[in-house]
Amino acid sequence: MTRRKVFFLVMSAVLIFAASAQTVTITYWQYYYESKVKLMDELIQKFEAANPGIKVEQVTFPYESYNQKVAASIPAGEGPDVINLFYGWLPTYVKAGYLAELPASEFSKDYFDKNFYPFVAESVQFGGKYYSVPTAVRTLALFWNKKLFKDAGYDPNTAPKTLEELAAYAKKLSKYDAQGNLVVAGMAMQPTGQGHCWIREVLFRQFGNVPYSADGRKVTYADANGAAALKWYTDLITKDKVGYPNFATDDVTAFKAGKAAMNIDGSFRIATLNAVKDLDWGVAELPTYKGIKSNYASFWTHGIVAGTSGKKLEASIKFLKYITSPEVQQMWMEKVGELPANPALSEKYKNDPVIAPFLKGLAYAHATAYVDEAGQRTVMVDAVDEVILKKVDPAVALKNAAAKEQALIDDFWKK
Amino acid sequence: MKHKNKGKMIVRALPAYIILALLSVIMLFPFVWMISSSLKDVTQIYQLKLFPERPTLENYRYILFSTSTKFPQWFLNSLIVAVCTTASVLFFDSLVGYTLAKFRFPGKKIIFLLIISTLMIPTEMLVIPWYAMIRALKWVNTYWAIMFPGMISAFGVFLMRQFMSTIPDDLIDAARVDGLGELRIFITVVLPLVAPALATLAIFNFIGNWNAFLWPLIAASKPKMFTLPVGLANFSGEAGSDWHYIMTGAAVAMAPLILVFLVFQKQIVKGIAMTGLKG
Amino acid sequence: MTLSAKRSLTAYLFLALPLVFFLCVRLGPMLYMFAMSFTDWGLLRKTVKFIGFDNYHAIFKDPVFLQALGNTFRYAVFGAPLVILLSLAIALLLDSIPRGKGFFRLIYVLPYITPVVAVSWVWRWMYQQPPLGVINGILGWLGLPAGEFLNSPTQALPSILAVNVWVEMGYCTTIFLAGLQTIPKEISEAAKIDGASDRQVLRRITLPLLMPITFFLMVMEGIQFLRIFTQVYNMSMQAMGGPLNSTKSAALYIYQKAFTNFEMARAASASVVLFVIIMAVTILQIRFFDKRVNY
Repeated sequence: MTRRKVFFLVMSAVLIFAASAQTVTITYWQYYYESKVKLMDELIQKFEAANPGIKVEQVTFPYESYNQKVAASIPAGEGPDVINLFYGWLPTYVKAGYLAELPASEFSKDYFDKNFYPFVAESVQFGGKYYSVPTAVRTLALFWNKKLFKDAGYDPNTAPKTLEELAAYAKKLSKYDAQGNLVVAGMAMQPTGQGHCWIREVLFRQFGNVPYSADGRKVTYADANGAAALKWYTDLITKDKVGYPNFATDDVTAFKAGKAAMNIDGSFRIATLNAVKDLDWGVAELPTYKGIKSNYASFWTHGIVAGTSGKKLEASIKFLKYITSPEVQQMWMEKVGELPANPALSEKYKNDPVIAPFLKGLAYAHATAYVDEAGQRTVMVDAVDEVILKKVDPAVALKNAAAKEQALIDDFWKK
Repeated sequence: MKHKNKGKMIVRALPAYIILALLSVIMLFPFVWMISSSLKDVTQIYQLKLFPERPTLENYRYILFSTSTKFPQWFLNSLIVAVCTTASVLFFDSLVGYTLAKFRFPGKKIIFLLIISTLMIPTEMLVIPWYAMIRALKWVNTYWAIMFPGMISAFGVFLMRQFMSTIPDDLIDAARVDGLGELRIFITVVLPLVAPALATLAIFNFIGNWNAFLWPLIAASKPKMFTLPVGLANFSGEAGSDWHYIMTGAAVAMAPLILVFLVFQKQIVKGIAMTGLKG
Repeated sequence: MTLSAKRSLTAYLFLALPLVFFLCVRLGPMLYMFAMSFTDWGLLRKTVKFIGFDNYHAIFKDPVFLQALGNTFRYAVFGAPLVILLSLAIALLLDSIPRGKGFFRLIYVLPYITPVVAVSWVWRWMYQQPPLGVINGILGWLGLPAGEFLNSPTQALPSILAVNVWVEMGYCTTIFLAGLQTIPKEISEAAKIDGASDRQVLRRITLPLLMPITFFLMVMEGIQFLRIFTQVYNMSMQAMGGPLNSTKSAALYIYQKAFTNFEMARAASASVVLFVIIMAVTILQIRFFDKRVNY
């Protein structure tokens, strides 16, 4: 080997080494939702172009097993640097010390107060420290199938405005076969979907109840008003027979297939429904009751995993800042259909027929302070099931539910 | 005379034939319905028609070739897992079976009992420690993590020991006199003699690993590492609703097994009679 | 070195790796599991400490665990005998026909070799309520009322159980048929010449001779049903074992405790309980079968 060759080899080795030392690779995790994943790929490209020396790797997991995989990987030190979490899971991760506090220099209280809805700032803050920041938020609204409305003799462009109207519409929109089996649901009733949130944060409040104490540690929905709300909901299933849980698999399937005339669902469903051919649908604000408006807000939020340090931490903060910037929030709105987390951006969509109902809902929305999202969901789902399947009195079912949910909350704070 | 007798027997057995045929319909109907559903598009899937009006292969195209599903990858993963574990089981189980059947050495009985006793431990109990193990050893998201518990099967050891004991000792001794090494004897003399048993063990192990669910569900954390059953369960959960795709996915997951089954039906039935599959 | 010492050495050499495997992958983990069931090990907890029998107290106070245990027993107590009875009947029918045994047997074995996950989803699709489910479509066509199947807390468990029966039947039928073929035809023919009716031959000769196989299958199937997981996971809404925990099996409870709630030690103690139950059944098996399995 000639000297020159050796020199060349050594030089190139040095160069490669130097180059690799300069590049820092961070990993971002989210669950698989096609439009989100595609947009994130695009964002990563832009981010990498603007920040040479930083590479971002996106890893996705199926929605069903996402929380499990996250919980399994982070403690083992195999987690990502930046992670997307449901806001309801934050308490668990923050308490266990697996999320890093966001640097106050970049994410101050002032920054949150200025750029995000109040319920967002409240939900990502623990003991005065901020742990995560979202790109987008979601609320609920009433979806309706225009063709089925027309068939039933309703104006296809007007949705029921109150709960009384909703019930009346649902009854008229329901269709049955010769044996009395429901074949088209007037209203999809799916507590495992968004139904439990609708009951929890909307119906309870509209019937004059406040479901939780101010600090979220006391369950207070088990009173006469709460029971009346649950009775109203379950009566639609048992008495009016306008729908029932798991009809046509679930609410989304039923609505997509034109087997449900109305459904309460989130803004994240817009993209799914847009993809269905021959489905003509509309969206309206959630029906009111006795003049009371309420809504349920939730969001997925990005945090930095504890233990991320040095160059990786710097890169992660940059990336976090970028994916929550107003520019990205707007892209997120257009491509994913989730609402911007920054109130200033919503002005633009004020008159959008699809987006506006969700945005209006944000003004009076509540976010449940979950400690164990899956557990608390099951509690409410079971309460509905007890009433409709076991003929338990709504007041009794609700009392059981409140006791079970209180136990979950107490258990969480005790440990 | 004999022919007439047979005809009479068939007539006498007519009620039995009718009952068996009706039962066959029940046994086969789910498969028929699955295939029928997989040939329907999103609008026809909600019509209860056995023969779709406009049958389409579009669902298969989507499942197998679209970039939004990972079925080809899962298919490959299942194949890798099933083939590797089967190869390992064939080698080690016959080796251990042979040693326990044909060698005399202190502690033989205890070793055999020890191996057989592990049959009683249900997988449900082991998945949690296995999970702790793959985490501690950093095997998460590797094929090895999915495969390692199945590399040797206690049941196969038991089976092979039974077969090995039918080989005449003279044959082995003759090979020894010829000066062959012990491992050589095992591979060139013993293994060919138990080929039919090996075939049965291979088929069973392949099917068992192809169908396995609980452990791969826990061990594979990235979708890229899913086996077909895990992929299918997750795919269904996510698609929630897209029954035409779910049924197509189910058909795709079953296809190789039905093929294996049709080719090796004799061995499989014989194997079941000897043993069990999902033990 | 003597010849026999050399042979022994070869044997140990051949057994070394497999033995390490069985110790590290089967026996070791089992002991680890027992040990961890007395701690507060959790995936999201950084330390592990000994807490005695607390986990056992907790699970036996957990109504969901008790319900899961009850369900598990119901799967086994109803499922296993049902499979045995049906497959015995089918095997007897198959044995009585002069032609086409192999053909029918193939059909019955088919469900047994296909992936349970795929099968579960196919049945879940068929069990849908009107207007989607084909079973309810057939019921409606026959003028019968629709069934709620997986949606009802009383029908869901039998619905899942039926699928497992459908799957396991092929296995039991094949074994029964193999057993029937080992019974010499001369015995029953001699009995018939002596004037015994078909029914008498069945009751006095065939069934008693099948007793050992029946018992063996009873135990195998009992264990199979006690461990039921995949069907429940794939056939209940959101893999929760509902409605109202009515289909949740002990194995699913263990899985959820470990991998949804991350309470590994709780799951460990529940799996020790399931192990003890399965062990008890297995010991019964060995007692009755030590003659058949020659150690």
